[in-house]
Amino acid sequence: MKIYIFITLLLLIPLYGVSQDCNDILTGQVMDYHNKTPLENASIQILGNQKIVKTDNKGKFQIPSLCPGLYELEISHPECTTTFIKVEVDGITWIDIKLEHHLEELEEVKVVGDAVAKKTNSSLEESLKLKTLEQYSSGSLGDALKELSGVSSLNTGANIVKPAIHGLNGSRVLILNDGVRMQDMEWGDEHAPNIDINAAGTISVIKGASALLYGGDAIGGVIVMEQARIPAKDTLYGKSIVNGVSNGRGGNITTELIKAFESGWYLRGQGSYKRLGDHEAPDYVLSNTGVQEIGASLQFGKQLFTWGWDAKYSYYNSEIAVLRASHIGNIDDLIRGINNGQPEIIRPFTYDIQNPRQEVTHHLGKLKFYKRFEGLGKWNVQYDYQNNRRFEFDVRRGERDNQASIDLELTTHTFSTDFKWDAKELYELQFGILGRFQENFANPTTGVRRLIPDYEKYDFGAFVTGEYRLTDEILVDAGFRYDFNRIDAKKFYQTSRWEERGYDQEFQDLIINDLGTQLLTNPIFDYHNFSTTFGAQYAENSGSVIRINYAISQRAPNPSELFSDGLHHSAARIELGDLRIKSETSHKISASYQQDFNNWGFTLEPYANFIQDFILLEPTSVEFTIRGAFPVWEYRQTNARLLGVDTAAYIDWTGNWRTDHQFSLVKGTDTENNSALINIPAANFRNKLTFVKPEWNNFEFSLESQYVFEQNEHPDNITAFSPEQQQEVVLEINTPPEAYHLLGVSSKMEFPFKNNLKLTTSLTVSNLLDTNYRDYLNRQRFFADDLGRNIILQLKLNY
Amino acid sequence: MKTTKFLSLALLTGTLLVGCSSDDNDPEVINPEETITTMNVTLTPQGGGTAITLQSQDLDGDGPNPPMISISGSLAENTVYDGTVELLNETETPAESINEEIEGEAAEHQFFFIPNNTLNATIAYDDDESDYVSAETGVNFTSTNPVGISFTVTTTDASTGTLAITLRHEPKKPNDGTLADAGGETDITQAFTLVIE
Repeated sequence: MKIYIFITLLLLIPLYGVSQDCNDILTGQVMDYHNKTPLENASIQILGNQKIVKTDNKGKFQIPSLCPGLYELEISHPECTTTFIKVEVDGITWIDIKLEHHLEELEEVKVVGDAVAKKTNSSLEESLKLKTLEQYSSGSLGDALKELSGVSSLNTGANIVKPAIHGLNGSRVLILNDGVRMQDMEWGDEHAPNIDINAAGTISVIKGASALLYGGDAIGGVIVMEQARIPAKDTLYGKSIVNGVSNGRGGNITTELIKAFESGWYLRGQGSYKRLGDHEAPDYVLSNTGVQEIGASLQFGKQLFTWGWDAKYSYYNSEIAVLRASHIGNIDDLIRGINNGQPEIIRPFTYDIQNPRQEVTHHLGKLKFYKRFEGLGKWNVQYDYQNNRRFEFDVRRGERDNQASIDLELTTHTFSTDFKWDAKELYELQFGILGRFQENFANPTTGVRRLIPDYEKYDFGAFVTGEYRLTDEILVDAGFRYDFNRIDAKKFYQTSRWEERGYDQEFQDLIINDLGTQLLTNPIFDYHNFSTTFGAQYAENSGSVIRINYAISQRAPNPSELFSDGLHHSAARIELGDLRIKSETSHKISASYQQDFNNWGFTLEPYANFIQDFILLEPTSVEFTIRGAFPVWEYRQTNARLLGVDTAAYIDWTGNWRTDHQFSLVKGTDTENNSALINIPAANFRNKLTFVKPEWNNFEFSLESQYVFEQNEHPDNITAFSPEQQQEVVLEINTPPEAYHLLGVSSKMEFPFKNNLKLTTSLTVSNLLDTNYRDYLNRQRFFADDLGRNIILQLKLNY
Repeated sequence: MKTTKFLSLALLTGTLLVGCSSDDNDPEVINPEETITTMNVTLTPQGGGTAITLQSQDLDGDGPNPPMISISGSLAENTVYDGTVELLNETETPAESINEEIEGEAAEHQFFFIPNNTLNATIAYDDDESDYVSAETGVNFTSTNPVGISFTVTTTDASTGTLAITLRHEPKKPNDGTLADAGGETDITQAFTLVIE
């Protein structure tokens, strides 16, 4: 506020000198907001007047022969945002004009077109632009992210898509939704992020833990979703997108409307609705795979150069049907499912969402305030609230179909603040702290023993990161972060399980109530995690960039890894966590070499990730119950190594034709047992041919080929005694499906109308040849083929 | 000054939020409702004699302990036995009978009795869906597919072998009597080693 007044005063202080003729002079200096460096070559224009003057090497300018009066100036500079200032000229008037000089600092102020500001300097980072996100408007976040090299997904059918970065997913991948770290039970394999893809303006993926600002435990990486910038001018604009989707016989609609004022106030509303029925494989209906999704958000605030605030509420609800044939009883049912070749249950197409199904609701509220201090930097403070409610409905006996088998409510409060000190030209420092409280409530009305117990979790984190410009070409960065996590759970164990795990030897003091067959325990565990990163970026003027980064990060076990205990009907497996699990530590070295020539360019990104005490879930043995035999999947810790490389290249053949090529490979090894890690994405190769003709209403056509190799490195299958067959059988749960090749086409045209109205139509066909295939990273691959041909017709209206 | 105030206020709010929300209420214990812990099969010889009972009992449900199997005696040669199946959830006191639920959903359930090739016995269904009252409609089912809550065992020569009893939920009905054809989800499966002498 003070600064505001100060500037106003500066603007209004007239120098001595009175003149009635038009001989007045406006003179002044343009300088950097932070460090007062004079800015050369800034243009100053008086609005409604053709006069343009430029600043000299001291940042000074002079506009002679003015009449006294009020003028509006437009000040622009190649590296700064354009600013408008009102000034009253009376005699010789002096004015100091401060411009925001660092481009990356301008995010909140200016409208960034297609460019996405980098979050890190030295680590591997890629981003998806709005254009690509809109293409996936009817899909999910995970689908869109697969456009990026090194990003894959762990699917449960077509609707539950869990992003994986460099082969790692779940708690190892942080998702930042407009500055808020998503807390949506990311621990389960069949839990997709509760995010509406239509709410994002851009998405950046940092492939590693080096963005310590967001968290220290991103052993896989960080997904940063951001909103498009809102301009500080009087305007009202928006867009609507409608998609018709053939596979699933439905579609979605999404609308966004933004009102902004020159005073910095703004209001934005967004909403989407998606509805699809059963999906279809080339040869049959995938019964019970429909989905309904609702997303809405409202945001308002004030954004000024020196300070601003932002309030946001967003709502997300999805109801997802899970393939009926994937719900099974025991290993004999699983073996039958694998051997059948096609799902056991194929019904006619329907829009109905039946059991098994999931219903998830996510509320997110955020309050943010920022202030810039002249000559120092920017201070942010934020509070956010999240509430995540998850129901899972199974096929149950009796009249329990409407009684959820899983009913969890996760509530999270986070308070964080940071300061970015960027006044110095050569270096920049950012530091901050975070406090978080989380509570999980497992509703006992399910009549099913809790998979995840009631718990309270406390997190505290502090970080400092810095970057230093060594030379024009070399930028180095480093960071350090400390995180403290405490989990305080109240969990019932079956007495037999407690003893089988050997907890009666080590954790007997955790028991607070002995109910005979069940024990109530109160585990309280503390974790101290340290993360460090350093790296450098070397950018030559010739167009080549080399980045190298080393990151050490630690992640505390999540509730699922500690406490899982029970039968998963959806997977016919018994999942067991382990109270002894401690934090895992990752050492990741990554490098990137990027070179751009006139008509082509390439990027080469090798990486190595060595993880000590890597936590993984693997089938280990078989347990017998009255329901038959079940494979036991246990969480255990080992040392692991992930080696991989992502490559990308593009060639501009002529102005109209362009090709893009991508290849990703990752190898995961359990170095203690010298065996392959489970669920590591297979190598894949993508090629895309694009034809653009701007003269034909921005016509664009592309043909894309995706070849996914067979995953030839996987853990061994397990053998089990089958009560039905009365003999030992091999359970082929680790056998990978064959390689496959998919083709897709898409085309797009734009039709501009009056008043900034623009219609964009596009047609996309995926799996063009209706190929039968199964993917190693789809958990439903045992039961059914993946999706057949899908035709999406999209209409987008910008206004 | 203002910012300092704001910051301290915000920090304080954060602390309060953390401070207030812990409560010491213990969670409620859940006794699983659907678990079947026990299967009792009673084989009563037609024309009188001592009934044979077969029991599979798995009191910890999906816990680590395997089911305990007990068989009261051996079967006689060339005899017809009337068999009945009783399912219990013994995690509740008193034990809850699951038969009622199976009967109410008879059209969605079926028991399969599969003797191995060394056991000289044949098994036949002795009930069908129309014997049971549908929980949904309140009246007897009109369909007549087998259910298997009651059945008969006919023994011939002395022998030893296994009899596997499986309860399937939502199988294909009617089916050819094999588990492979029926599909569905296994609710219970247990093999008993029987002696005919």
